[in-house]
Parts: sequence; structure tokens; C-alpha cells
Amino acid sequence: MTTASHDILNVAAESDEVKIRPRGKATSMSAAIELDNVCCDFGKFRAVDHVNVTIQPGEFFSFLGPSGCGKTTILRMISGFIEPTQGAIRIGGKDMKGQRANQRPTALIFQNLALFPLMPIWENIAFGLEVRGVDKAKRRARAEELLALVDLHDSADKMVSQLSGGQKQRVAIARALAVEPSVMLLDEPLSALDLKLRQHMRAELRAIQKRTGVTFIYITHDQGEALAMSDRVGVMSQGKLQQVANPRDIYNNPVNGFVASFVGENNILAGDVKKASAGAAQFSTAIGEFQARLGAGANGKTAKLYIRPEHVILSAKRGKENSVPVTVSEVSFEGNFIAVQAKTANGTNLVAELRNDGSATVPSIGTKMHMTFDAQRSSILPDTSSAGA
Amino acid sequence: MQDLLRRYGTTLTYVCIGLTFFWLVMLVLLPNFTMLESSFRPYLAKVDEGGPLDFYSLGNYGKILGNNVDTTLFGITFPMPVRVKVFVLTIIYSAVVTVITFVLAYPLAYYLAKIVSPKSLPTLFLLLFVPLWVSEILRSFAWWIILAFKGPLNAVLMSVGIIDSEIRWIAGFSPVIIGLVYTYVLFMVFPLYNSMQSLDSNQIEAAEDLGSPWWRTHWRVILPHAKPGIASGAVMVFMLSAGSLLVPSLLGSTTSGWFTQTIQEIMLGSQDWNAGAAFAFMLLIACTLFVSLMMRVFGVKLSDIAK
Amino acid sequence: MHNNRNFFFHLYMALFLAYLLIPLLVMGGAAFNASKLPTIYPWKGWTDQWFIELWNDNRIWGAFANTLLVALAVAIIAVPIGTAAAILINSISGRIRSVLYGMMVAPILIPGVVIGISTLLFWNNLSVGSGLHLSVLGQVSYIASFVMLLVLARLQSFDPSLEEAALDLGASHGQVMRRILLPHLYPAIGAGAAISFFQSIENFNVTLFTRGGADTLTVYVFSKVRSGITPTINALALLLILFTLGAAVWYEISRRRKEAVQRAYEEEGIRAEAALH
Repeated sequence: MTTASHDILNVAAESDEVKIRPRGKATSMSAAIELDNVCCDFGKFRAVDHVNVTIQPGEFFSFLGPSGCGKTTILRMISGFIEPTQGAIRIGGKDMKGQRANQRPTALIFQNLALFPLMPIWENIAFGLEVRGVDKAKRRARAEELLALVDLHDSADKMVSQLSGGQKQRVAIARALAVEPSVMLLDEPLSALDLKLRQHMRAELRAIQKRTGVTFIYITHDQGEALAMSDRVGVMSQGKLQQVANPRDIYNNPVNGFVASFVGENNILAGDVKKASAGAAQFSTAIGEFQARLGAGANGKTAKLYIRPEHVILSAKRGKENSVPVTVSEVSFEGNFIAVQAKTANGTNLVAELRNDGSATVPSIGTKMHMTFDAQRSSILPDTSSAGA
Repeated sequence: MQDLLRRYGTTLTYVCIGLTFFWLVMLVLLPNFTMLESSFRPYLAKVDEGGPLDFYSLGNYGKILGNNVDTTLFGITFPMPVRVKVFVLTIIYSAVVTVITFVLAYPLAYYLAKIVSPKSLPTLFLLLFVPLWVSEILRSFAWWIILAFKGPLNAVLMSVGIIDSEIRWIAGFSPVIIGLVYTYVLFMVFPLYNSMQSLDSNQIEAAEDLGSPWWRTHWRVILPHAKPGIASGAVMVFMLSAGSLLVPSLLGSTTSGWFTQTIQEIMLGSQDWNAGAAFAFMLLIACTLFVSLMMRVFGVKLSDIAK
Repeated sequence: MHNNRNFFFHLYMALFLAYLLIPLLVMGGAAFNASKLPTIYPWKGWTDQWFIELWNDNRIWGAFANTLLVALAVAIIAVPIGTAAAILINSISGRIRSVLYGMMVAPILIPGVVIGISTLLFWNNLSVGSGLHLSVLGQVSYIASFVMLLVLARLQSFDPSLEEAALDLGASHGQVMRRILLPHLYPAIGAGAAISFFQSIENFNVTLFTRGGADTLTVYVFSKVRSGITPTINALALLLILFTLGAAVWYEISRRRKEAVQRAYEEEGIRAEAALH
């Protein structure tokens, strides 16, 4: 057993009253997690490929990527169900090599929650304490505290099947918190819930994380979840960590084509980098020359130009620069925005999104207009749509 | 193995392997191997064991021959050793029992799987299970009472006027067959029910909707789906019938020898354990052949049969 | 047309149940007949004589005690073996799995006579003489297969992530087994124990060849049937039937009660879900 989990045991055994930590402040309980050059092979298949990242104590960190990108493998390596083929995992500075899942200061929340169906709620929550030999009265008291923490009063003696999906979610969180882990690992825990509940639980999870100050590592393929909850996001593809940044930078300043296209929509134009200067360049395409930000590693003909549809300005008059004449081909009303599809003279499709706030006039099909790209918000990035290369 | 270690750790893995090893090796493999080995050795006095007389031969298997009796099988009369005759008749009548139980069980299994309302199923199953909880010997004993010469069956039949004088039921193979069918019919019902119950009722309705008469629906849709159940039921009933000792002993007469009775006579009467081993092995081979035949005919695997 | 057909099926079901149950009634009824031979016809008047004789028959009670002892021993040995074998087979795959599975299922398909003889010869070679201990070993060899099949079926509905969750919360392998896996398997283990017990009570073939001189109930009844039987056997049979019937009904009632509770829970869960929207 690690020193950290010894502390957990002692604190859990001695505490008789509710301990809710001050908001947003990390306590000594949370620890940094370092993934140092971690690789994981399944036979010939490399599921995780030289991942390096340090997650700060008290941070809410998300691994975001499509299924099969290796994010779940990372989670299972941190929790101790899989050993890395190569590289080291350190929690609170301590190498976890050889430490089994039941010896690590981590608590995993499973995709299907994995609540024990044959135990009442309070025994579920107190299970981690039970196996550490905490006596029954203290276990019960601690379970009640945690139920209060996750806003589930009077449910201690219910069975798992008596709860709704959202309530089960909270029990799973309370059960993981009961062992006072340094790190909470969450494996797409919201994927089974319906849309409304999912959005509600996002805020709830974030609030619980702030309240407890425990490091959260969250796995998801849903960019909305990752961007809304996380302090930082690591975007993964084909076993490799493509970019680690705060949600704003992930969206606004993606480092490559994969990140740009996995997180959000884009107009993508092929072309050639011309007149590169520090951080900016002229990009020559089939529909004209455009001024844009120049991403690292983007050069020659391997680069592409990425412009978010909501950053496209649609106007009747031609813009000063970066403007191209188009003919509106389709208008679709999406609720909070209106997507306008248009074709250039050579038939290239472009999309602009207008906010449905009453300010924009919605063009009709066939109207001739101009699309202008904001040079600050258009990026020339290395094309890694087959990322990992 | 790796999975087992990861999930349950070293100690529990060894416990699981140890218990399984004890079962399969000490209780199944080695006893059967010993039986096979003894079946090739002569029946000797203790002092001669390991001596010059103790060598492997097929002598014990030869003991099934001798004592020819005239036998009529399929209309042809020919001399046949009495033990061979008993062996052959045991196999034939076990097959007959299997067929009768199938005929009796099929409509019942269909009724349980597709007709009766699911609400009354638990109660019906409870009732069907009652005889299973009553031991085999008591069930045969019940028929021993019913079939007695001055017993209730004859009394009922005579009072209704179906027969004029008592019938001697306990004669020949019929009481044995009656007893075996009664004892083992449920082993046909449950596998059949299991396999039919997994058939999507829409398939039956689709067949009827397409104009299929009921018998064709059964022949083309339900029977093929019930194959694993038929195989499993047939194997169980045949094996239990051929291996039954209680029913033929209780309900049989001098004219209805059963091969298990021959084995019992040799083992416990003559105390010739080596010949007993040889005969037991022959019974085992017959049952194994029947199991493989059923698996071949119905195209099912062992895991489909054992359910 | 359809109703007509169903009528015949209902009738068939009723006849079948009558076919199954009437012989048992006949046997039970004979226990109250004052006739010296066990029968219900001719009826010679009510008597409780056979129950009194049964009560005073020491040999029957001796055989009964042996039977219970053997059944208990069989259940105690076969349940752990069958459970361990099911856990083992559930976590391996490929060719070894099918070979092992075949070996585990085969004993069900071996005639009892063969099991009895092979057990007797094998242990005799190891200088273990015949007796009820051999009957226990012989019976375990095929009864463990039933337990294995029951537990394996239950294991297939087990969610292995529960084990991982428990490990992750710091449980040892032993604790995972005791608190998570075994509780899930208890219904199957209980059913396995019951089946082991009743199968053992029923057993005749294996016991006959391995028992040495000891009597069990089936062997004793068998010898009585051949050597002149009295309706005390019927009295015993009736008591056994009533006992097993009682046990079966009790089991069914408790099963239905559990099911109802579970259903109520699930409905509550669905209501809780709906209340959120």
C-alpha cells in the first residue's frame, strides 16, 4: 500500500464529521500525475504511443479522442489494470510500477458505473472503507456524509435498482470519493445518460471536483463535455497525444489538422504556403490567396487552411482582404444558428454560420455574396487528418 | 489462465485449479482408466496377481459369448449368445423408450413454450417438477403397485368394461418400458421446451401467414429449431434408460433381462470384477456411440447437449 | 379453429399432469390401506399402522441417516468443486477450454453403473476398501458437473467490471471473491447444493457398487421390494414426497416474493428517472 492510501485510511478512520474542503483549493490529498514516455502494446498493435504529460494536483484534465485512440488504455494504465509496455507513470512523484489496482491511490468511475447490485447504497459507498477494515458505525457515518455531498439524502438503505440514472451516477462518485483518492479517473461516465441529464451532470461533476479539490482525469469522445468541464484537454489520436492545452486554445489555436477537425467544424482549403513570416503567411489556393496564422510545422504543400464556419463573415460587398465571391446554395436553420452553404466560381463548397440573434439577414438561395475570412482566426496547419503520422 | 490470475490472484487460482484437477483426474479420468485396464486382466485369486497368469487379454470381453439361445429379431430366427441378446435388446428397447418419450414430450413442450400464458408457467413447472423430486425407486414402485395382477389398473379397466379378466402386466418388456418412460419423460420435456422457447413466435406466425398448414410449420420451422433440444433429450433419456438398473429390476420379469442386470450379477454375484469392468466398458462405449450419433445426426455440439 | 386446437393442448397438459401425479397419489394412498401388501385396491380400510411400523423400523432410520450423511458429504464436496471448475472454465478460452469443458460435462453422460464400478476398482487398487465414502466420491464425480453447469450459467450474467471496481477501491483478491463474486453466485450455488443433495438421495447405481455392506434408503427400499414389501415403504415415500413438495413450494414462494421486490425497485428507479424531467 502506498503512503498516500495509508493517509486515506487514517483520515477515513478518524473522521467523524463531514469534511468538505474549501472551494477550488487543492489539498494535500490530490497529487500530480506524470506520464513519462508511456507506451502500451497489445501484441503488434501500439495502443498508446510515447505519451508525455504532467497533470497538476487539483486539475480537471480530459483526454479527448475518437474511440480506439488509446484514451481508455491510458486510464486503465493509471488505475493499474494494465502495465505500460514502456515508460513510467508517477503519482505524487512515486513510480507506480508493480503497484496493482488495489494498491494505487486512484479511484475509477466506470463507464457502466459498476455499482454493486447486491449491496444497499451505503454499503456500495463504504465498500472501500470496509475492505480497509474501518468499523461499521464509522463506515455508515462516512457514507451518509458523502451522500449529503452528492445531494442524495435518505437513499442510504435503498438498493441500486431503485435509483435513476443520474442518482446512480452520484452514488458512483460518492463511492470513489469515499476512499479519498489522490486521483479520480472517469471513463465516459455520462455516456449512458440522456442529453438533458448529461448537461446537468457536467455542471455537477465540475462542482464536486471544485469542492473536493481532487485531481480528475476524464475520458470522453464528446468535445462539448471536454471543453465545458476541463482545466486542460489532451486531444488524442492513434495512440498519440496531439495537443495539450486549455479548452480555449484547443478550439481557437489547434496545432494540427486533426485537432482542428476533431474539435469543431471547419472549411478546409488545400494550397501552398507563400511569404511566411513570424506566425503568419500568405496561403495560395485554387480560389484565391489568403492571409492567415501560420501554425508550427506547416509548410509547402502539406499544409491546409482551416477556417471555422462561425468565423466566416458573409456580406453583400466584398471585404478588404481574404474575401471570395460565392453563390448561396443552401440555407439550413439549426435553431441557435443558421448554416449557409455557398459555392465559389470553381465549385468549392464553403460554409458560414450566422448566429440566430436577429442581427443577420438570412440570404436566399442563389444570392451572390462574398465570404471573408478573419486573418487572425484562420489557421494554416499541417494536415494530419490521418493523425499519428 | 492469465485472466484468472489477474482477476483472483495466485492463491484462489491455485485453489480453483487444484479442486478441478482433483475432480477430473482422481474422480473421472483415473477411475475410468483403471476400469479399462482391469477389463483386460484375468480374474485371479489374490496370490496369482502379478504372476505368470496375470497378462492382458480380451478374455473378459469373450465372456459375453456362450449359452446360445434362439432369437427372433426383425422376423429372422437365429442362435445368439444370451448376454449378447440382452445387450442388443437393452439398446433396442432404450431406443424405443427414447422415441416414445419424444412423442409424448413434443406436444407438451410446444404447449409450454408457445401456447400457455407465461403467467401460469411457474405453477405448471412446479407441478411438473414434483415427480423429479421423488426418487426413481419410489416412482418405479408406484408402477409396481399400479400394474399388479390384482392391482388398481386392472380393477379400473374391468369396472369400466374395457377388459373382461385381469391382464398380467408384469411380463416381458412392456412394464419396463412403461416404467422407463414414466421415469425419464421429463428429461425429454425440459430440453425440448428450452430449445422451442428460444424460437421467435413471429417465425411461426410468418409461416402460418404464408399459408403453411400446421404440420408443415412444425416440420419446417419448429422441429429444425428444436434440434439441440431433441438431441439433448434423446441423449439423456437413452443414456438413463440403458443405464437404469432399478426400473428393470423392479418391473422386469425373468423374460426381460437388462444389460445392467447382467453387470450387477457378475460384479456382485460372481464377484468377477474384471469381467464386470469389461461389460461396464461395453455399456460405456454403447452410450458414447449413441451420443456421437445424436451429435452427428442433429449437428450439435456437446455444449448444446449439456444444458 | 385456434381455440379448438388450444383446447386439445390444454386437455393434453391436464392428462399429462394426471399421468405424472396419479402414480404418486396411488403410492401415497397405499400408505393408509390396511392391506398387508402395498396397494390401494382392494381397499381394506384406513389405518395408521404403517406409519407406526415405520417409526419403529430401526433399519430404515439407520439407512435414512446414512443417506442424509452421504448427501451432505456430496453437497459439501461437489459444490466447491463445481464452483471452482466453473470459475476456471469461465476465464480461459480456446482449445483447452473445449477439452476441459468436455471432460467436465462427460460424467453426466456416463451410466451410473460405470461410475460405480470404475470408482470401486480405482480406489480398491489404492487399497481403499468399499463403503459409503466411496459412494460419496463416485456421486461427486457426476454431481459436480451439475453444479458446474449451474454456476457457469450464472457466471455468464456477471459483469466483470464489478470485480475491477472492487479492486480499484482497494479490495484484495480474497475480498473481491467473498464480497462481489460469491454473492452474485449464491443463487446458483444454493441451487447446486439442493440438486447435489437430492441427486445424492436418489442415487442407486453408484451406491449399489460402492457401498460395501452399508445401507442407504434407496438400496434398502430396493432390497425390501424384492424380498417382501410392506406398506411402511409407502408411509416413508409419502413423508418424503410431502417434505420435498413443501420445500419446493416454499422455494417458489420466496422466489416470487424476491422477484416482486426487484420489480418494485426497478419501477421506483424508472419513476425517479421520470421525476427529474
